[in-house]
Amino acid sequence: MRLAFREALLAFRRWPALSMLSVTTIAFALFVASLYGLVVLNLHRTLQSIEERVEVVLYVTRGTPIEVITLAMGDIEAFPEVAQATFVTADEALQRAQSELVEFQGIFSEFETNPLPASIEVRLQPGFRQTESVAAVAERLTGFAFAEDVQYGYDWVAKLDRLRDIGAVVGLMIGGAFAIASIIIIGTTIRMAVMQRSREITIMRLVGATDGFIRSPFLLEGCIKGALGGIVALGLCYAAYSAVHRLLFQAEFFDQTQMAFVVAVGTALGLLASATSVGRHLRQV
Amino acid sequence: MIKFAGVYMAFPSGSLALRDVSLHVAKGEFVFLTGHSGAGKSTVLKLVYAEHLPTQGDVRVSGFNTAKLNRREVSRMRRRLGIVFQDFRLLEDRTAEENVAFSLEVTGAKRSIIAPKVMRVLAQVGLTAKAHQYPGELSGGEQQRVGIARALVNDPFVLLADEPTGNLDERATRGVLRLLRDINANGTAVLMATHDLDLVRHASYRTVELQGGAIVFDSGMDQQIVSEGTA
Repeated sequence: MRLAFREALLAFRRWPALSMLSVTTIAFALFVASLYGLVVLNLHRTLQSIEERVEVVLYVTRGTPIEVITLAMGDIEAFPEVAQATFVTADEALQRAQSELVEFQGIFSEFETNPLPASIEVRLQPGFRQTESVAAVAERLTGFAFAEDVQYGYDWVAKLDRLRDIGAVVGLMIGGAFAIASIIIIGTTIRMAVMQRSREITIMRLVGATDGFIRSPFLLEGCIKGALGGIVALGLCYAAYSAVHRLLFQAEFFDQTQMAFVVAVGTALGLLASATSVGRHLRQV
Repeated sequence: MIKFAGVYMAFPSGSLALRDVSLHVAKGEFVFLTGHSGAGKSTVLKLVYAEHLPTQGDVRVSGFNTAKLNRREVSRMRRRLGIVFQDFRLLEDRTAEENVAFSLEVTGAKRSIIAPKVMRVLAQVGLTAKAHQYPGELSGGEQQRVGIARALVNDPFVLLADEPTGNLDERATRGVLRLLRDINANGTAVLMATHDLDLVRHASYRTVELQGGAIVFDSGMDQQIVSEGTA
């Protein structure tokens, strides 16, 4: 193992230009993929914050005793889809309207009685914010005798659903295309490195080196190049993110696990590309 | 030790490289393989170190049928052979000492064993003073000595030399031949392919002549063999 490690490191010293080329290729391939990942991540977080606002509102019939409502609140909160149920009295609804709709201040003051009904606002658990779940909860809420009306903005939730689906499909397609392109590009550069050392491989085989012995320094080299490429890609991504964050709009960067994932993907790509290239070459000698 | 029995060898294109070759090289023997270019000398050596496999017939090296060895077993068998090439096949970016040590490193030998063993073989080929020089800094004869040292360092039972003097001047050629003789005198068999008939004449070793892929003469059999289809 020590010998394989030494040979792998020696390769960087002997062929600095080729090694740099491999690392740069991996770095740029991963940079583009990571940048796309960053866009998806931010989009996902924005969608998530919008999703959190998905709620079902049950308008309570006037004159419903508070005890009945309190009892019903307990039932609603026991629904598996429900995260939180909040009772909003008619007065609270009016206060909220007055503070949120300042331009209609005059109209509100002309009312002799409060026209707004009391309501129960139901927020849903993550994973139950799609059209079907929301509609199912709304359907169940309609069953309460005191329910005057139940609203949840069907169109809005459906559009959000569609946006999420489009995001997932496009993400999968572009992400997949990037991954395939990266593997091809990385495989080609590592293959060039292997071809450059084909004489060495032939000599190794002639003096009795086993395939495993020949392969191990190349695999290690691929891993090191991949990991370095991943680190450089993260650096480039951070530079791009900083520029966007400072100049355009507030964005979020990868957390530690996601950064480790980028480096791990680089390492895996380097390993895969090396294994394929060396394997193919070894079959020929 | 090395035994060819009715060996035929055809290239993928279909052209026949060897025809009905039967040959036995005994322990400690020195054998010249002679013949024109394309006669099949290198093919015989490649069959011994299992770079080629026979299309028909058996090649046995130290009792092992080369056609039945898997890749790992081929590697292990090659560690017991010493192979020397016309173009030396040294790693240009490693010193003479590192080139020789490389042969031991691939066998997984301990570092404490490698250094003294490398120095011993470099001394044997007369290159102790140039151990730290790179192939590019050595003459052709010296590079071939490094090649021989590399082949010797694993204590092979046979040294396979494919035109080892082909790229050398007369003086270097004599030096390499003397070295091979010394190696043989120490008990290692030598199977050397050469088209240099002067070299063969001056050394009184067994000579096997190939022509068109068939053995036409074997001094070890004390008679001339005229292969079918050749005059």
